[in-house]
Amino acid sequence: MKITIGKGSCGIAAGVNEVSRIFAEAGIEATVTGCIGKCYLEPIVNINDDIYVKVDSKGADELVKLIRGEPNQADTYKIPAQDLEILKSQTGIALKNCGLINPESIDEYIEKGGYTPHNMSPEEVIDQIKISGLCGRGGAGFPTWFKWKAARDSAGSEKYIICNADEGDPGAFMDRAILEGDPHAVLEGMMIAAYAIGAGEGIIYVRAEYPLAIKRLEIAIAQAREKKLLGAEKGFDIRIKAGAGAFVCGEETALIASLEGERGMPRLKPPFPAQKGYNDKPSNINNVETFANVPWIIKNGGSAFSAMGTENSKGTKVFALTGKINKGGLVEVPMGGTVKDVIYGAGGGIKDGKKFKAVQMGGPSGGCIPAELENTEIDYESLKATGAIMGSGGMVVMDETTCMVDMARYFLDFTCKESCGKCTHCRVGNRRLLEILERICEGNGKDGDIELLSELSEEIKAGSLCALGQTAPNPVLTTLKYFENEYIDHIVNKKCTAKSCKAFLNYQINMDKCKKCNLCAKKCPVGAITDLKIDSEKCTKCGLCASVCRLSAIDT
Amino acid sequence: MDCNCGQELLKKLEPELKDYNSGKLIPILQKAQEIYGWLPPDILKYISDKTGEKLAKVVGVVTFYTQFRSKPVGKNLILLCQGTACHVNGSADIETAIRNELSVNEGEITADGLFTYNNVACLGCCSLSPVMMIGDKTYGKLTRDSAIKILNEIRGACEDKF
Ligand code: FES
Repeated sequence: MKITIGKGSCGIAAGVNEVSRIFAEAGIEATVTGCIGKCYLEPIVNINDDIYVKVDSKGADELVKLIRGEPNQADTYKIPAQDLEILKSQTGIALKNCGLINPESIDEYIEKGGYTPHNMSPEEVIDQIKISGLCGRGGAGFPTWFKWKAARDSAGSEKYIICNADEGDPGAFMDRAILEGDPHAVLEGMMIAAYAIGAGEGIIYVRAEYPLAIKRLEIAIAQAREKKLLGAEKGFDIRIKAGAGAFVCGEETALIASLEGERGMPRLKPPFPAQKGYNDKPSNINNVETFANVPWIIKNGGSAFSAMGTENSKGTKVFALTGKINKGGLVEVPMGGTVKDVIYGAGGGIKDGKKFKAVQMGGPSGGCIPAELENTEIDYESLKATGAIMGSGGMVVMDETTCMVDMARYFLDFTCKESCGKCTHCRVGNRRLLEILERICEGNGKDGDIELLSELSEEIKAGSLCALGQTAPNPVLTTLKYFENEYIDHIVNKKCTAKSCKAFLNYQINMDKCKKCNLCAKKCPVGAITDLKIDSEKCTKCGLCASVCRLSAIDT
Repeated sequence: MDCNCGQELLKKLEPELKDYNSGKLIPILQKAQEIYGWLPPDILKYISDKTGEKLAKVVGVVTFYTQFRSKPVGKNLILLCQGTACHVNGSADIETAIRNELSVNEGEITADGLFTYNNVACLGCCSLSPVMMIGDKTYGKLTRDSAIKILNEIRGACEDKF
């Protein structure tokens, strides 16, 4: 009997360790696997070919009985048919092994066809990558073969391969899932790249917030060394460098500065890293998902990869679905599907039967795609045309209760904190944008604010050196483009239709619905409710009364 | 130089300081923070002396990266996620609840020294949002009540020890 337990960070947060404990107590041996991408079903246990989901401690007890052949109710924990369908309908390239193999075992990876030797010359490898049409999956979407070739053609014998695992987009976690679930795929991708460009050393720059990913990479590297796939004899080795927390380090030149022990500030390009990168030597940087695609392409041929997707975007892309969505998690789909397919297909639609309003793609550098454009194709060009970007694949879904002005404010707050401070437009301009947005959200918007926002946004885009500054105003520009009415509501009509901006809320008890249980008064942290009246002077608009009321009798 | 950082603890840093090149500065600081829980000024001066890097550069690096702390931390470090997914799912309300309960501001330590409260951007468990991490444990699908309950449990566990 083969028993595996899903132990990605998400599974652990959902309480899978309790399942492990119960199994261990019962003397049942189970192996570990990574995140299968269905985070909403965690904790997940596999027994032979059956998948059991949402396994709490009661579920674990039932599974113990099942394993021992005693009467049990394990069936109630079996994965619902519909979810199984979704799981099976995915195209796994980057995620092919995630949740299926033990990430801490190189043998399982090899069994699945990993580390198969190839007999291509470095030029042939680059050719295959070119044929595949693989583009960088980290955000910019630059053709991978081009970068590899540039690094190969650069003079000098000391070259570096760098893996950008500094997943900074808040709301995206596909890289974490790959590192935790299939670290060898990333190592193999880096080995192939090193061979193609002639690099002697590889460095993985991982976010320090991902301790489990670091641990699994360390194990994987040690195993690869033992098998002599890495090390002095091979002429190529890989080491890990833990990042120290800076969004801007997702930018290539800032990442290199950070590797060199400096503040992570971007510099002007050219020279490109392919000519002058880490330690001033030719370096090639790709992100985790890009590397994870490489072994598959080399094994199956570039044309098998380019057979999937659209004219300009080939292969598959992994998306992290989060926010107001029923089935949050990871999905890998061929390019060319629509945004709607992903949200209503794998994503299972919007939470609590609410109305879909928009989806943020590309994180703080991207933009929102409104519901009316839900048929937009997933392809670099089509997404760009909407004002959003493919980015690293974060899809944060928003419903009618999300205020778009507040979202723009949120992203600007983020970029202001993360701006490295080098360019005036980014450092000061974004701060001004934020102040205007804060003012609008607080109910003090004034005439001319909208024009000021768009004008300033354009200036910041033009006056910033790196992608962080150049893209920082995108959330403002896209919300202005698609949701100008919400701005007008805030500024002119002094209301927030999503009922999210506190300044516009006025809490009151609706006596038609109220059954006088007085729970709200008991819970109010500032004692603003007496005799079923809310004292607006005392009320801090925390919303606790509304959330505890079982009859929805609190109006705003 | 003299350093009030405890000779015993300093010894743990020794191996990191060997064969220094500037690429090692961040790992050294990470190790020092692992040892002390934060980066006291004395330690920065010590690292600057040992590595030959200007103190200004060392401090510059420390203040640039969010991981480095220039203030001591409480026994339990709370990292509340304010990433996009968590924001959309109401992390601001959780923040208010926690800060009211503990009477602290962002980055501060509670009067009893039990907790330090910090906001972070994305812990990578977005599908369980809102999320927080205390020590090495991650808690998902938070509500105001569940967050307070977790704090109380930790408080209780800490008191038991005395
Ligand atoms: S946004 Fe909170 S965990 Fe990712």
